[in-house]
Amino acid sequence: MAEKVLMKGNEAIAEAALMAGCRHYFGYPITPQTELTAYMAKRLPKMDGVFLQAESELAAINMVIGVSAAGKRVMTSSSSPGISLKGEGLSYLAGCDLPAFVVNVQRGGPGLGGIQPSQSDYFQATRGTHGDYRTIVLAPDSVQEMVSLTIKGFELADKYRMTAMLLADGTLGQMMEPVSLDADKIVTFEKPWAACGTGMKRPNNIINSLSLIPEELEQWNLTRFKRYDIVEENEVMYEEYMMEDAEICLVSFGITARVSKNAIAEARKMGIKAGMIRPITLWPFPKKPLLAATEKVKAFITVEMNMGQMVEDVELATRCRRPVLSCTRCGGVIPSPDDVMGAIRKACELGGDAK
Amino acid sequence: MASSQILFAGFGGQGILFSGKFLAYNGLIAGKHLSWLPSYGPEMRGGTANCSVILSDTPVGSPIITYPDMLVVMNNPSLDKYEDAVVPGGKIFVDSSLIERKVNRTDVEVFYVPATAMASENGLDTLANMILVGKLIRESGVVDFSHVDAVLDKIVSARRQELKAFNKQALELGYNYVG
Repeated sequence: MAEKVLMKGNEAIAEAALMAGCRHYFGYPITPQTELTAYMAKRLPKMDGVFLQAESELAAINMVIGVSAAGKRVMTSSSSPGISLKGEGLSYLAGCDLPAFVVNVQRGGPGLGGIQPSQSDYFQATRGTHGDYRTIVLAPDSVQEMVSLTIKGFELADKYRMTAMLLADGTLGQMMEPVSLDADKIVTFEKPWAACGTGMKRPNNIINSLSLIPEELEQWNLTRFKRYDIVEENEVMYEEYMMEDAEICLVSFGITARVSKNAIAEARKMGIKAGMIRPITLWPFPKKPLLAATEKVKAFITVEMNMGQMVEDVELATRCRRPVLSCTRCGGVIPSPDDVMGAIRKACELGGDAK
Repeated sequence: MASSQILFAGFGGQGILFSGKFLAYNGLIAGKHLSWLPSYGPEMRGGTANCSVILSDTPVGSPIITYPDMLVVMNNPSLDKYEDAVVPGGKIFVDSSLIERKVNRTDVEVFYVPATAMASENGLDTLANMILVGKLIRESGVVDFSHVDAVLDKIVSARRQELKAFNKQALELGYNYVG
């Protein structure tokens, strides 16, 4: 294992992207992810890569479409309002079946919102913009995982020809932790579909999301969703934490999962058997372990920095067999372990009956 | 489980984040689990700034510090804001050149260090922060003073090597200060 270094989350994402073979970055600075853009600006020109600060987020995502169509690993990054601006391009990427890696270091919203950390783009990340499509959404809870999931994100994007989004937040972006940068597991794929020159040896590859024939467009969608089925079958990632004997199951991702771990330690000191299922992929969502947990736990509590956007995914996954509470703070406020303890106590009072 | 939760707070520009970084790198060299979390945004441009450092023998849960074991404060608003959060038996390090009032708590250990005045007297104008860190190292034993050179090698930029000696001087001033 490589020697550990101290890095900010934002810088770790950038370094991991370089390790994954990304040599094209297009973006526009925005707090709290600017260190990522700055890191790329410093490093890419020295590696024969392309760093370009676009005139807008919209321009940046369209540059991503162009490079991806040419078969190269490419990324962009932003924070919440900036991701909204990229929304059109994200749908076009899906319509063209192009791989891309997109980072959202979330801040409080809606609107221009604030600059403090948030998870309020859960709906946007897992549901997407216009059209029938899916995005692989990866939710790291440490700087180390920002490295591993960035490398994984590029791999999954290429493997399934779709966007993989790393959904982080301002805390994870700004904090430093020791990381080891191991580059020995970079998986790459042939891209026979890429529009990178025929060499006069094959017909043109055409990359396009427009079809005026409904039956043809329907077929494109059906084919795409067959691929999504494989993603749901094979690519779910989650962590089970102290779930062996748990009676209260927290469900939390990203930085709030870290806060939840502190609360679980507190609860266990008081004799409350709390545990956690931490979705690492928010799509595909870890439905199976959540459903299995309904057999043994009395209640679920989502812990989130939004108004409870994950609650309905947990209710669907668990078929509403147990109550699903939520412990939320929003607008840039991070829930404290005390907030989470309050929710755990409330769940204990509820007992095991469905709502 | 040995874990130290250290909160630095003061004005932007006093080296609050750098102080935290210094302790974080000490933790890295000692092979500890750690996290370093800065305040960010408008604070960086002169408002209040703070920095949370957790050093632990086991993996760090939340990097956010609700109840610090140790608090280093370099302005009045920070003492007002965080005094009550310190755990009973915890330690508060006060730059007494800048903070005139005394700490109200009686269940914590308080160290008053006139760090800004000491820095000024020794021609180390911007290093009051490191004087306080020196005192913190002495009183807490949270890091090994013998790692200081190795840490400064890592965090002082290669182009400003002359600053290493000044930082070390400031750390020693604080380490040897008896109030």
